[in-house]
Amino acid sequence: MSALFQESRLILGTGGANSLTALEEAIVASETELVTVALRRVDAAGPGLLPMLDRLGVRVLPNTAGCYTAADAVKTAHLARDAFETDLIKLEVIGDERTLLPDGIELLRAAETLVGDGFTVLPYTSDDPILARRLADVGCAAVMPAGSPIGSGLGISNPHHIRLIRQSVDVPVVLDAGIGTASDAALAMELGCDAVLIASAITRSDDPAAMATAMRHAVVAGRLAYQAGRIPRRFHALASTSDDGLAQW
Amino acid sequence: MSDIVVVGGGIVGLSIAWRLVSRGADVTVLDGGDEGAAWPVAAGMLAPGGESEHEDPALIRLMERSADRWPDFAAELGVGVGYDDAGTLSLAMTADDLAGRARVWTRQALPLLRPSELRELEPALSVRVRAGVFSSRERQVDPRKVVSALRERLGARIVPKRVTAVSDVDARTVVVAAGCGTAALTGLPVRPVKGQVLRLRGEPGLVRHVLDAAVDGREVYVVPRADGEVVVGATQEERTDLTVTAGGVHELLRAALDLVPALAECELTETTAGHRPGTPDNAPLLGRLDDRVVVAAGHFRNGILLAPVTADLIAELVLTGEADPMLADFSPGRF
Repeated sequence: MSALFQESRLILGTGGANSLTALEEAIVASETELVTVALRRVDAAGPGLLPMLDRLGVRVLPNTAGCYTAADAVKTAHLARDAFETDLIKLEVIGDERTLLPDGIELLRAAETLVGDGFTVLPYTSDDPILARRLADVGCAAVMPAGSPIGSGLGISNPHHIRLIRQSVDVPVVLDAGIGTASDAALAMELGCDAVLIASAITRSDDPAAMATAMRHAVVAGRLAYQAGRIPRRFHALASTSDDGLAQW
Repeated sequence: MSDIVVVGGGIVGLSIAWRLVSRGADVTVLDGGDEGAAWPVAAGMLAPGGESEHEDPALIRLMERSADRWPDFAAELGVGVGYDDAGTLSLAMTADDLAGRARVWTRQALPLLRPSELRELEPALSVRVRAGVFSSRERQVDPRKVVSALRERLGARIVPKRVTAVSDVDARTVVVAAGCGTAALTGLPVRPVKGQVLRLRGEPGLVRHVLDAAVDGREVYVVPRADGEVVVGATQEERTDLTVTAGGVHELLRAALDLVPALAECELTETTAGHRPGTPDNAPLLGRLDDRVVVAAGHFRNGILLAPVTADLIAELVLTGEADPMLADFSPGRF
């Protein structure tokens, strides 16, 4: 396991929060250690969000949200490195405004460049196992497949592919985007993901702090279930108590 | 120097000063200028329900009380300030937009209107609008007219001067109502939240109600004035600059034109940006900071709506020393 995750396997996104106080309560309740921030949407020097993250002692994971080409994303990543003084970058290269799904070709190009420039690259990718492997092959520190489109709350639309990705790469897999509620986060961890990234499902819920708590428990539960090893699925029942040793009449 | 000095000549500072003067107090307003101020760009929607998706109950009570005060407040100003009670249509363009808005509408218990009913109320609406609700309680006022009326009323009591330290102000009581500038004067957590706003001009009556819409995932409001001006807003950005960006204008126009296609014929008369004074919990800071200093700032998106109730509560506090129980939830020391 890389040093990307210590105690917490839950990464929070900051978009969609109604207020700084609501966001702070959610961050505290989630017990996250890593929070992603869009360079293009915040003033790195401004008041508000960043001083708050600093006070809470969480690490900032800058992202390149809003970029549509490799060149744009590379430039934004360099600006983020200067502004936030970190080599970590969550690389987003969006292909289409309606779905906000990644453009795999531009993404791979940007990832290769940024790895060469010394970044720790965490690419937001689609749930394509081949693309995920290619990203790992060019030196990304993790891969972050979408469960379903950003903000859709549709959960994990192709669990089999997430499992395939887990088996095709040696780097951490972070389920990013699409989580709607706690069971989605638990499923991601049960499929073998190393962490999940959640924004809207928490920040846009009626009670962000309560949902953050639910997500924290779900991630822990899913991880434990994955490690414990689920029983095989069977067609017919199998009594939990066997007949052995029953009295004979 | 006067007995009472109000630092800040925006809508909140002027409203407080006017209330104090009308109760017989000796007041001076120190006005540091309009650079980045919220009121010159604000649309003036008086929406105690529309913006309260996650708002806390104390803030909703404050907003409702202020909304109830607005008709008298406007009348007392004695000139037309564009107070308009035609009401607001809250609208959803797509099924996704509807799913988002329906959570708020259910809470407000407003009946859902079908597309045909919506277009009967608002003929210029796009045929693509899927659903909406009508709120007669959500009204509008023209903030520029309000500020100009308040300036008229206060006259020479307003002195152009930028204050850099509260200790420089020679007065028995200092009311800090400096919006985003309050942070530097008091150390309180008020931060600028940038908003870009457009003004169009077209045929009066093209749009009849305030429209507050979700359009393909974009939030936009369209506020028509009686004279044909239409205010379109607003972006919400955690930025300290005041740049009007091509992208910001594009997003606002796209959403507005998708919602009301005929707006395409209007003249685009203004593109502006201002800073809403935001606080960590989006609620204003109202009350005593120390023996001499009272704060009324951080009204975020609700400065126009909250001006009357802020003026009443702060004037009462300053003149009698009695804090209305309503102020308890908005204490400047809560962070």
